[in-house]
Amino acid sequence: MADLMPDMIAGAKFKYVLRLADDQLILGQRLGEWCGHAPTLEEDLALANIGLDLLGQARSLFTYAGEVEGEGRSEDDLAFLRQERDYFNALLMEQPNGDFAVTIVRQLFHAAFMVPFWSAMTGSSDKTLAAVAAKSLKEVEYHLRHCSEWIIRLGDGTEESHVRTQAALDELWGYASELFEMDEVADEMLVTGVGVDAAALKDDWDATVDAVLARATLNRPEDSWSQTGGRSGQHSEHMGHILSDLQYMQRTYPGLSW
Amino acid sequence: MYSQGLIGADGTTHEDEEFLTAFQARIDAELKIEPNDPMPAGYRKTLVRQIAQHAHSEIVGMLPEGNWITRAPTLRRKAALLAKVQDEGGHGLYLYSAAETLGVSREELVDQLLSGKAKYSSIFNYPTQTWADIGTIGWLVDGAAIMNQIPLCRCSFGPYARAMIRVCKEESFHQRQGYEIMLTLCRGSDEQKAMAQDALNRWWWPSLMMFGPHDAESTHSDQSMAWKIKRFTNDELRQKFIDATVPQAEFLGLTVPDPELKWNEDKGGYDHGEIDWNEFWSVVKGNGICNRARLKARRMAHDDNAWVREAALAYAEKASVRETAVAAQ
Ligand SMILES: [Fe+2]
Ligand SMILES: [Fe+2]
Ligand SMILES: [Fe+2]
Repeated sequence: MADLMPDMIAGAKFKYVLRLADDQLILGQRLGEWCGHAPTLEEDLALANIGLDLLGQARSLFTYAGEVEGEGRSEDDLAFLRQERDYFNALLMEQPNGDFAVTIVRQLFHAAFMVPFWSAMTGSSDKTLAAVAAKSLKEVEYHLRHCSEWIIRLGDGTEESHVRTQAALDELWGYASELFEMDEVADEMLVTGVGVDAAALKDDWDATVDAVLARATLNRPEDSWSQTGGRSGQHSEHMGHILSDLQYMQRTYPGLSW
Repeated sequence: MYSQGLIGADGTTHEDEEFLTAFQARIDAELKIEPNDPMPAGYRKTLVRQIAQHAHSEIVGMLPEGNWITRAPTLRRKAALLAKVQDEGGHGLYLYSAAETLGVSREELVDQLLSGKAKYSSIFNYPTQTWADIGTIGWLVDGAAIMNQIPLCRCSFGPYARAMIRVCKEESFHQRQGYEIMLTLCRGSDEQKAMAQDALNRWWWPSLMMFGPHDAESTHSDQSMAWKIKRFTNDELRQKFIDATVPQAEFLGLTVPDPELKWNEDKGGYDHGEIDWNEFWSVVKGNGICNRARLKARRMAHDDNAWVREAALAYAEKASVRETAVAAQ
């Protein structure tokens, strides 16, 4: 029994890192859809920037997940060649771009979570994850500033922008709770000093989001509903369509170098 | 990019002889003209048109390549493509700023693009059908852009010349990246090689058209040459491009889709077949495969997101009123 322990820990770590990678990949993929279609040229560059940050983080995490797993899977094997049920991103990340308000609210929810998450992860006993965290923290701090500024402008801008942004908040609110979920995998990582107590980040997230919403003259929606499933591979209808784009080349032309 | 930027340019000036001679003397002395310097109205107008068309080309050019961001075959390629398309947006921004130094606002220029009044390079009205198109665009389209833009680094108008120096560095990075995609395909499976050949077949002629009409048809070329807005003629640049690119195609093991292409020892360059100018003018006039889709996409991005820009403006006004109120207290 005692010899099984390292393997079990490696298995949990693989899954933990993979979840984290999937979050950044799927949200980065969504941001890539904006390219060339944003409200201003400056915002086109900014959304691409954020998408590039997330893709870069995903690449480091996939590569590391492959090393942890030890079966020779590359970043691309992991990113492109799994079945839908084996992707573990939170459902928030796969939600469609909608209008600009939806995109920015989604990004705010993500960044307000990832800032304290990466901050805590810099203290990980796992040197690789601590290093990824230190680099990613700087990036998501910028994402959080950028999104907060937009939320404030949209909320306190025109009647229309206020209504749209409130609607975006209402539409996505129930997807935030999944970010704070803990399960066996996450608990295992927490007790071994590798992972982060996501549940404990809720107060931080609430404070950040509440402050932004107050300045934006927007209402914090009621915590009356929540969605879950992504961490166990149970996705919304959107995921299959994301994968049909994402995996198109690798599925159509298996086993080639590009 | 784009010598097509001169199509329809009207370089007519009404300044007196003395003014024009003095201006020409500055040009001939290779002095840079800066935004606040006196300049003939025709010079200003020609530059605004050319820089704006270049800027529009960068922006519309984001669409065909953007079409493959979500489908790029590897994470490395996806990140590189997103960064490349982002660069093109940056070029657009930079060029709109250069045009603004000549007293025309970005809003005005964008309106001209969206109304169909302003042109952009014809090349971006062709569809990206396969991943190999992404390699081919980098290789040929960025390659042709560089051919056009290297001489523009010595353009007589300072802000444009300086913009081109920065832009050219990035375009040559794009060109190498595109060629590297092609190299990977051509060293890959038969299917990949066929994909690369098919892309070259479709993009070769449109790439040659990027240099604009034959010199004989290029009405305003002479004045632009005299003002050193242009340094080489369309046909000269096209020839340079062909001479540089054919050996690259050979190295890839691809066949340039021109049966008349042949090395000419005497001229030290390639002879080539005639471009289909009917196709060229049809695309320039708005009837290419993607003209309508490209403009529609730009208009949708503009119109559907108008509320976002209005919100930013309304917020800025409120914020300044609040600031004034605080200051008054
Ligand atoms: Fe260009
Ligand atoms: Fe460019
Ligand atoms: Fe480029």
